[in-house]
Amino acid sequence: MELENATEGQDDLIINVGPQHPSTHGVLHIKLKVNGETITDVEPHLGYIHRSIEKMCESHTYRQFIYTTSRMDYLSAHINNQACALAVEKGLQVEVPARAKAIRILMAELTRLASHQLWWGCTGLDLGAVTPFFHAFREREMINDIMEKTCGARLTMNYAVPGGVMADLHPDFVKDVKAFLAEFKGKFHEYDELLTGNIIFEERVKGIGYISKEDAISFGCTGPVARASGVSCDIRKLHPYDGYENLQFEEIIRTEGDCYGRYLARMDEMKQSMYIIEQLIDNIPEGDYQAKTKALIKLPKGEFYQRVETARGEFGVYIVSEGATTPYRIKFRSPGFSNLSALKHMVVGGKIADLVAVMAMLDLVIPDIDR
Amino acid sequence: MLLKIFDFSTITAAFHLWLSGKMSSVLVMLIEMTIAGMCALGLFVFLGLVLVYMERKVSAVMQIRIGPNRVGPWGTIQAVADTVKLLLKEGLTPDGADKFLFNFAPILVIIVSMLILAPIGFGKGLVIWDLNIGVLYISAVSSIGVIGILMAGWASNNKYSLIGAMRSGAQIVSYELSVGLSLISVVILTGSLQMSDIVNSQANGWWIFKGHIPIIISFIIFVIASTAETNRAPFDMAEAESELTGGFHTEYAGMKFAMFFLAEYINIFIVCAIGATLFLGGWMPFHIGGLTAFNDIMDYIPSPFWFFGKTFFLIFVIMWFRWTFPRLRVDQLLTLEWKYLLPISMVNTLLVTLMAIMGWYF
Repeated sequence: MELENATEGQDDLIINVGPQHPSTHGVLHIKLKVNGETITDVEPHLGYIHRSIEKMCESHTYRQFIYTTSRMDYLSAHINNQACALAVEKGLQVEVPARAKAIRILMAELTRLASHQLWWGCTGLDLGAVTPFFHAFREREMINDIMEKTCGARLTMNYAVPGGVMADLHPDFVKDVKAFLAEFKGKFHEYDELLTGNIIFEERVKGIGYISKEDAISFGCTGPVARASGVSCDIRKLHPYDGYENLQFEEIIRTEGDCYGRYLARMDEMKQSMYIIEQLIDNIPEGDYQAKTKALIKLPKGEFYQRVETARGEFGVYIVSEGATTPYRIKFRSPGFSNLSALKHMVVGGKIADLVAVMAMLDLVIPDIDR
Repeated sequence: MLLKIFDFSTITAAFHLWLSGKMSSVLVMLIEMTIAGMCALGLFVFLGLVLVYMERKVSAVMQIRIGPNRVGPWGTIQAVADTVKLLLKEGLTPDGADKFLFNFAPILVIIVSMLILAPIGFGKGLVIWDLNIGVLYISAVSSIGVIGILMAGWASNNKYSLIGAMRSGAQIVSYELSVGLSLISVVILTGSLQMSDIVNSQANGWWIFKGHIPIIISFIIFVIASTAETNRAPFDMAEAESELTGGFHTEYAGMKFAMFFLAEYINIFIVCAIGATLFLGGWMPFHIGGLTAFNDIMDYIPSPFWFFGKTFFLIFVIMWFRWTFPRLRVDQLLTLEWKYLLPISMVNTLLVTLMAIMGWYF
């Protein structure tokens, strides 16, 4: 907070990075104190896209409030919806049909893939390579088309509802997903050729933004950021939901703790997501896609918490119910906020360009941080 | 053998003779300078449009896109439309800016890139001013450009601009050393600083083929260092749009921005033209020793085609860099120059000198 009223010293220059800046990916404002090119202090300022979503949720019914969560981490929209649906289901104590569970996982992994693809493209953009962005969007477009056919929307799907999913799968779904998997597997080597093996890229990210295992835990980092520092925190493994316990996949844990570790962790996660989809795509159970629930849901008095693994880390939904049709209080635990809190720890002492690299590897989605 | 190549100096000499018979020598010089200036300006505008179009198409191919395809056939008029747009925009000068320096900087940058066009031979006998210290002139004039960038960064009164300008200053001053040393290696072998002498010395083989490994090394260093000197990605520290939003030209708009933009493309053309002249034989056709028939056919291709072909090949390489590499960090950029390129070029220059003394080249 000392930066709040700081005046420029003899050697220090205070730069406002954002709220309009190409590499903050949204309206994040970062106050940066630099000595020449070296960063001596950094302070993120939030509030530019605060829409008081948590308060808004209190005036919506349990069916309606789910849709606002698509607008938080818009790249993991389906996973957010899923978390809310799961929390409501916990309160209702309904059994979700097996088909709905499988569909939810398929959609969640497709969302994760799309999110990581966008992250990969933006990483290239932030580090000065424009071409990866277009390559990433080529495959991401296929996922968006799959989403559009089944959910009717490309980004804010609103597909998960309490008790299952909103509609059954589109008849083309299995064929499209298989086509996408074949295409993406064939093109994955291009991703490695464009960035991973590039010596300039390695120089830019290796050893940058280091955070130790202990610090990652104490900052509350989750997701690929924490797993790159060796913290085991994949909710899909630790607290399985919707049938992740029946699937085989690895939790990617790396020990580098730097930007390169985070990069490789996400790249490997993409492979794991593809593996999960492959296991499920031929084994989608038949049956209902939605359990029967009342039109107007009333949760019993109590507190319900559900955590899920989004593309960025652990997302938590905390519902306090007083027995009414609307929640008494809702609190979201967003992964981006905790990951951003470690920013100062990661960049102080580095160069201005390192700030951009670190922010790219944190994979910040500002509406998720600033709700 | 060389007689077959059309010599443009016959045209210019005849014109000079015809003009001299009609008026006084001062007037002749004035008219000739005006014509040369107009030609340079015309080439300038033409190159700007062609290179912008080329860059957009090259980047489109690398990014699995089509690129401009709406304005004119295959989008060829797109660059003209962009220029008109920039001309019509308001030439904004920020309140806190140093008005004189702010408006003068783009002019200085563009004047510098125009000056360097002078000693470049576009074809046999097709050169504006074949002065006897051509290479020295080029390296001397090209260093003035950085003053324009520093001026723009300082006068904008913007922190991003200032950082961009300081980066650019550090970068250009460092990389000039490597560019200079790699140019010198060819000068040592030729024994002349004059551009036409350097081209003529490659009549029986371009230096890149005749000069063994040392010249290949200096060619590679030249390509890397000149990419850095023109502030192109992966060395575009001065702009670095993901870090500094726009670097030294953040505050510029309209035609003032267009001048920086144009100067950047002209600078690319110039460094590639210099590279083509010194290492790839300038306007000299491609010859294979012994194959007389093949060499004769090559000679029939007009010399400007050879020159522009080689230059545009190098421009393509530099564009290829830009659209495939991430950007370096500023300290890595300086490390690359001072710890790797400069020592290598120094040793390389010694090797070339040894080669020249012992006559170890074809």
